[in-house]
Amino acid sequence: MSDTLLEVDDLRVTFPTRTGLVQAVRGVSFSLGRERLGIVGESGSGKSQTGRAIMGLTPPQAEVSAKKLAFGGIELLSISSRQRRSLRGNRIAMILQDPKYSLDPVMTIGRQIVETLRTHEKVSKADARERALAMLQAVQIRDPARVFDLYPHEVSGGMGQRAMIAMMLITGPELMIADEPTSALDVTVQLDVLKILDKLVAERGMGLIFISHDLRLVSSFCDRVVVMYAGKVVEQIKASELRDAQHPYTRGLLNCMPRIGFERHPLPVLDRKPEWAA
Amino acid sequence: MSAEAIQSRREWLLSDRPASRVQARLGRAYVAWRRFSANRLALVGLLIILALMVVAALAGVLAPYSATVGDLKNARLLAPSAEHWFGTDDLGRDIYSRIVYGSRWTLYVVILVAIIAAPIGLLVGTVAGYAGGWTDTILMRITDIFLAFPKLVLALAFVAALGPGIENAVLAIAITSWPPYARIARAETLTVRNSDYIKAVQLMGASSFRIVLRHIMPLCISSLIIRVTLDMAGIILTAAGLGFLGLGAQPPLPEWGAMIASGRRFILDQWWVAAAPGAAILIVSLGFNLLGDGLRDALDPRSGDQ
Amino acid sequence: MSIAENQVAAGRGSARAVAILSSLGRFLVIAVTTYLGLLAVTFFIGRVIPIDPVLAVLGDRAPTAVVERTRREMGLDLPWIEQFYLYVKAALRGDFGTSVLTTNPVMSDIRRVFPATIELATLGTLIGAVIGVPLGVLAAVRRGSLIDQIARIIGLIGYSVPIFWLGLLGLVLFYAKLQWVAFPARLDVVYEYTFTPITGFYLLDSAMQGQWDVFYDAYRHIILPAALLGYFALAYISRMTRSFMLNELAQEYIVAARAKGLSETRIIWGHALRNAAVPMVTVIALSYASLLEGSVLTETVFSWPGIGLYITNSLTNADMNAVLGGTIIIGSVFIAINLLSDLLYRLLDPRTKVG
Repeated sequence: MSDTLLEVDDLRVTFPTRTGLVQAVRGVSFSLGRERLGIVGESGSGKSQTGRAIMGLTPPQAEVSAKKLAFGGIELLSISSRQRRSLRGNRIAMILQDPKYSLDPVMTIGRQIVETLRTHEKVSKADARERALAMLQAVQIRDPARVFDLYPHEVSGGMGQRAMIAMMLITGPELMIADEPTSALDVTVQLDVLKILDKLVAERGMGLIFISHDLRLVSSFCDRVVVMYAGKVVEQIKASELRDAQHPYTRGLLNCMPRIGFERHPLPVLDRKPEWAA
Repeated sequence: MSAEAIQSRREWLLSDRPASRVQARLGRAYVAWRRFSANRLALVGLLIILALMVVAALAGVLAPYSATVGDLKNARLLAPSAEHWFGTDDLGRDIYSRIVYGSRWTLYVVILVAIIAAPIGLLVGTVAGYAGGWTDTILMRITDIFLAFPKLVLALAFVAALGPGIENAVLAIAITSWPPYARIARAETLTVRNSDYIKAVQLMGASSFRIVLRHIMPLCISSLIIRVTLDMAGIILTAAGLGFLGLGAQPPLPEWGAMIASGRRFILDQWWVAAAPGAAILIVSLGFNLLGDGLRDALDPRSGDQ
Repeated sequence: MSIAENQVAAGRGSARAVAILSSLGRFLVIAVTTYLGLLAVTFFIGRVIPIDPVLAVLGDRAPTAVVERTRREMGLDLPWIEQFYLYVKAALRGDFGTSVLTTNPVMSDIRRVFPATIELATLGTLIGAVIGVPLGVLAAVRRGSLIDQIARIIGLIGYSVPIFWLGLLGLVLFYAKLQWVAFPARLDVVYEYTFTPITGFYLLDSAMQGQWDVFYDAYRHIILPAALLGYFALAYISRMTRSFMLNELAQEYIVAARAKGLSETRIIWGHALRNAAVPMVTVIALSYASLLEGSVLTETVFSWPGIGLYITNSLTNADMNAVLGGTIIIGSVFIAINLLSDLLYRLLDPRTKVG
């Protein structure tokens, strides 16, 4: 197997609206190995839609096109929706923002984890339960047997997001897309959850796309960073070299980050030039 | 009018900075109308209701025969023909003419019920919402009690005690239909009760009476109108039901529900006697339902697609 | 993590029990006040509105001695509040006086006719739910499609058509023209005397006794009125299902379910509908209650010997005791269903809030 897990070339996502076509993603290209790639941008920059297009979760009215959108050599846009579905949750998984809304409220956590597993693998109920408990243990939940039978509203946000990670990792996917996985959580548990995610990704040799609006978080957590603006990639850079970023938009984002010991008056305003979006 | 004039008038209506209250109001009405008229079914509903009003107003012109006096000798139970479009009933009366005149009674019922029930609900709801505390608890408990009653059966019992007749039917329906309006008015009141502008009026020393009447009630009107319009169909159906059971309009009034009741005896052989008034009820109720849906979507976009 | 987290989660189990208990208390208060309210309104209708309640109950042809005795029995010489107290006491015992028309106690009349209404309303709700729920689900899933339009039209007409008129047209078509159903009644006259009901639900009784000819006859009588009531339930249920489903399908957990690779079928029926099912219980219960009420008109059209027909027959004979007794019974069942569905909602939803 080659080192490239995912190849994206000229990805476009278009939504028809009452006032005409709106391009949410306008020609995004990047490739990903077994590494951690951060996608950064403001809300509306198309970063989430990029992630959903890779998953095949764009709303039905939207149109997705690309010169190439290949996962492990499979051209995603030319396979059937059934084949696409068998990849989802199996080889490509996704973590959503807020466990309060992304877990089914009337199904126990355990059943939701088992459901992912049994959708993609033929396992007995008892085995599935065993593996789900082991997975809950892996996301550092102390008392898996009890959490297994809890409903999502009965656990905290941090624990909910761990359960979400467990639900998405149980099939051992090769690529994980995490869409703002910690921004809905308490600051105190954000780091815990990130560490768990990081550890599992490293242990299992997965590729990770980490979507966030938080440049600092991404730069400390990822190997490489893609900066998006108005549906386009304006800069791709190694996280370690972020300080030397060239593009004025990236520089602007960097300037907005507060630093201890520096005077912050007046607060910097993010520059947005129409030509960057052109 | 030239295209340019229309264009500038539209700009005036849609202006971000209206120069007068009239301009602001007209502008908002225009936006609501554009949203409403984009909904074709709502326009159909509006058309039906307008037609109902026209028919009621011009009944004397539109009806070729008397609504109450028939030709017993020659015209009993005739099938629909060019002479009698919807046929005639057992007393030789032209059914088309009776339906045309019946539109007046339908309007009479819905308008009277709305005039009685909506203000009661508005008053109870705004007072409960603004006063809060025990007043609120007690008023809302009463509202909920009425809300939990079976409306038709209760109306039936009321009419049974008051005696049959269209006025009593109206009264009975009104008594059973105010609670939802109280709930709506209370909900609207609660959303504005603690807002700054109400505080400002309070600071200026306005009495509670004045605040409720001048500053809170007007805000409840639009959601109330939507709800009343949506309820119109139900009111018509209940009134027709009472008429059908012989408790509403009494003969020889050409009320549609009572007409169905009198056609019931001949339903197997002379089906048209009952068919036409029922179709009239269906069309008018449909009109109110379509209109109400359209109004809700246009005036209250929050409720969305419910 | 999070010993604290674990403790909080453990504490929630008992908190939920407390929540259910406290909502039970609230439930009882609401049940009692609502029922008292119902009795107050019927008391008002029966005792306050009529100029002479005795005449309203007995009619104006009763001999003077009977009038005087009834006046004393009804306690009309007592103050209002005492009268109401006695009224409530009698009502709680199920004593609604004697029917002038049948000369039986009203309660025993109602006990006789009520099963017919229950049978009809139950079958109607079943028809409405079995067709209405899938129709609403499909309309929501294929929003704007042909089936959505059809569901919408069915709903609109259901909300607009007079039920008694549709019933009459149904009789013309299915009884007179097509002869698919039997004439308006509960059973053919032949069977009225050979068949002994047990529960009062004829379909059930005949099936239990293996009298399949009676079952078929009962079916031919009930199917048209039940289908009619079912249509009204369907209009309401499908419309509400659609709106609940649209709401659920827009939630994030649906995206998560897709991300897990679940099939659309599983997502719709296993996740979205399971969530919508909680409010659906209330809707179906409410539609059942409204069918009980709608029976007044339907039973009149189909000569169905239930409580609705009993009330309308009493109405035309100015039999006030029977009318009010029937009103209280329908009202009580209506209130009970309302409250029970509310309670059921709380029990079914695992998210039941504390407090």
